[in-house]
Amino acid sequence: MNGLLNINNNSAVKKNNTSIGILLLKARTFIALIVLIIVFSILSPNFLTAQSLILVAKHVALYAIMGIGMTAVIISGGIDLSVGSVVGLSGMIAGGLIYQGLVLNTFGVTIYFNVLVIMFIAAMLGVLVGAVNGILVSKFKVAAFIATLGTMYIARGFALIRSGGETFPNLVGKPELGNTGFPLLGAGSVLGIPISIWIMIVIGAVTAYIFKKTPLGWHIFAVGGNEKAALLSGIRVNRVKMFVYMFSGFCSAIVGLIVSSQLVAAHPATGESWEMNAIAAAVLGGTSMSGGVGTIGGTLIGAFVIGVLNDGMIMLGVSEFWQMVIKGIVIIVAVIVDQFQRDLENKLALQTRNNSH
Amino acid sequence: MMNQEGGRRDLQSTDQICLAARGVTKIYPGTVALDKVDFNVYRGKVNVLIGENGAGKSTLMKIIAGIEQPTEGKIFLNGEEIHLHNTRDAAAKGIGIIHQELNLFPNLNVYQNIFMAREATKYGIVLDNKKHKEKARELLEKLEHPISPEAMVSELRVGQQQIVEIAKTMAQQDLHVLIMDEPTSSLSAAEVEVLFRIIGELKEQGISIVYISHRLEEIMRIGDYVTILRDGRLIAEEEIKNIDIPWIVKNMVGHSKTKTIKKQTEVKGKELLRVESLTLPRKGGGYTLDKVSFSLREGEILGVYGLLGAGRTELIETLMGMHPEATGDIYLEGKKIKPRFIWEQIQRGFAHIPEDRQREGLVQTLSIAKNLTLSSLSNYTKGFHLVQNKEDESITKIIQDLSIKVADRKLPILSLSGGNQQKVVIGKGILTSPKILLLDEPTRGIDVGAKAEVFDIIGKFALQGLGIIVVSSELKEVISISDRVIVLSNGKLTGEFRGDEITEQALVGASAAGHNYCYAQHT
Repeated sequence: MNGLLNINNNSAVKKNNTSIGILLLKARTFIALIVLIIVFSILSPNFLTAQSLILVAKHVALYAIMGIGMTAVIISGGIDLSVGSVVGLSGMIAGGLIYQGLVLNTFGVTIYFNVLVIMFIAAMLGVLVGAVNGILVSKFKVAAFIATLGTMYIARGFALIRSGGETFPNLVGKPELGNTGFPLLGAGSVLGIPISIWIMIVIGAVTAYIFKKTPLGWHIFAVGGNEKAALLSGIRVNRVKMFVYMFSGFCSAIVGLIVSSQLVAAHPATGESWEMNAIAAAVLGGTSMSGGVGTIGGTLIGAFVIGVLNDGMIMLGVSEFWQMVIKGIVIIVAVIVDQFQRDLENKLALQTRNNSH
Repeated sequence: MMNQEGGRRDLQSTDQICLAARGVTKIYPGTVALDKVDFNVYRGKVNVLIGENGAGKSTLMKIIAGIEQPTEGKIFLNGEEIHLHNTRDAAAKGIGIIHQELNLFPNLNVYQNIFMAREATKYGIVLDNKKHKEKARELLEKLEHPISPEAMVSELRVGQQQIVEIAKTMAQQDLHVLIMDEPTSSLSAAEVEVLFRIIGELKEQGISIVYISHRLEEIMRIGDYVTILRDGRLIAEEEIKNIDIPWIVKNMVGHSKTKTIKKQTEVKGKELLRVESLTLPRKGGGYTLDKVSFSLREGEILGVYGLLGAGRTELIETLMGMHPEATGDIYLEGKKIKPRFIWEQIQRGFAHIPEDRQREGLVQTLSIAKNLTLSSLSNYTKGFHLVQNKEDESITKIIQDLSIKVADRKLPILSLSGGNQQKVVIGKGILTSPKILLLDEPTRGIDVGAKAEVFDIIGKFALQGLGIIVVSSELKEVISISDRVIVLSNGKLTGEFRGDEITEQALVGASAAGHNYCYAQHT
């Protein structure tokens, strides 16, 4: 009996150590972010100025908004490869409506919309692409990877078709047409913080609220954690899937608007391979690719890591090729550490189970 | 305790021991799973290993099968010390294991599963599938389950998959020791008979069986030696012929605990559910359910018994709306309903406790609390906002009501024992405030104590007026818990029994109707 007690005492000490370890592991992306910022500010004195930080934050906002939509999809057990193309398509639709208006040949008229209406149309287009993804994945049971790979090409194709591959330049609008004000989205700021960052904060907060405080949120986690059990629990799995893809489409359409507004031009190739940044942000933030696990806070930090890494390396003059290599390594290491943490947590859970006997 | 120690020493002195564990200790960080355990596997005998969940039998079994390595202690095979670093080592020494949780590739067919990693080849390169098929057919025929070797495992029922699992182990060359972890938990009575006969044959071939089970009657029938573990320590080892069930229970739980047996009374509540000629066509011809009619009253526990593939699970699934193609009339409280969607059936007052806890009942990535409220989240909302207090209240109440042993409700579901996990699944159903509770094998793979608790829970909710349907392949379980029993065979309802009519003979007889070959085995 004495021996047993001793072992238990030892294990209590050990347990404390492991919980500190887990805490460090959980905060690892955050720690990595701090380390990155410190390293870059030492190596490049310009890095820590307000100007460049805001620039970094503006880039981060783009990855983060797409990453939030992607996080919802991945938590539900899916993947959305079409987000980059939706960025391009939404920019082209908005750009086209400002630059050319809606040309109705049969009536010989061209309609110019208010910029807010244009943004709404573009955002709804993103939702539509998401709805197509959702229907393919839920009703037709197409693997998410394939379904969204298909819509990725389709959306990119339409973005190119819209202008024949050309750029819509100078999207300032004309006062006499009543469609001015588009550049404000990318250039404007409130309380000294760029609007794109505010959008990131709002979308992030709303999503975090949905995740934690609404049945829909928990249903997303349940579907990703065990789809069969979710179905048998009475969760309308198809609706949940529809929602996450539509939401992801919405997020990327917003990003498309922000980018074309920042550039005051819409280019059909915008957003190519950005889906990888969105996935990387989610994964760096601890979202499990097998579904059921993830947080918005994590994804935001993940987006910051990617953004800081990108911009920091550019400032240091690291070659673009090496940037790719380093980004790839960072993502792989993140996933390995994530797996390690999960194993450790499972072990702890099993221990409490054994201890309770 | 001292007497038993003495008895154990005597037993050890025989040279009939095929495999022996001596002083095996396994320490996981924070817990002692095994504490200096001696274990003997007698040659050509059925060596039963028994203990409540968490007693350490799984750990001991894993050490013998090479899955885990002991912290201390030695393993001897035929008197020689062996070191098992992995399952491959164990297999090479002739130690095979059949896990309770099936380890099959659902995406591959039967013969591929049986010969996985010991494929026969032509010229050392090309797979010899002809040989695979032949041998697989031979093995399955020996097991009296002529499943097509080319059938996909995913299309087989759980019980058939278990047969494949057994065939897989039997295909192993030079098998000395075969560990079976609850092999009968998903088998029907007739299949258990087949399994017992196979065990008999294996014994004659000199193969030693390590047999883990919670079913005490079964152990008394099949076992030769019994080893009891409790809290990671060896409590007793005895020859089965010298002992009885109360002795096992006493040693297992530390004090005598008897199963509560519900007195069967005629239930007089009003009719809740009436099913008339429910028919479900089977893929590729025939019927899974063939004009099944029955009714269920408030406060009644209706047992559904039948062999594997009789349509038990499908009956429940149809009621839950998983087979909208089914025909027939279903009346809920006199009103005709058509089950189409699971969520709709839950809203109508059905709750379903599925057969496979891990795959169908729980979301492993969610906490205990969230697993409990998963089906009833919309009850705790204001608009679309989830009100934490309301949710917490319900969770607290259900944890108390079902006496779920929970250290912290925010912990992952994995931190609970099997019995408590099952209670969580039941709690999830109860929180939807159902009128009808459908339980599919509710005590599968949980220990005696937890079983009794699950029975108590079922009885309690019947008293509160719920109509309860319990599907079980365990005869004694159906008999002890049900007010009335219906028996299915080949999709047809072949018997309905109440009160004193519910006997083992009656149920087995009805379940074999239309299964001539099975019936022949029973008579």
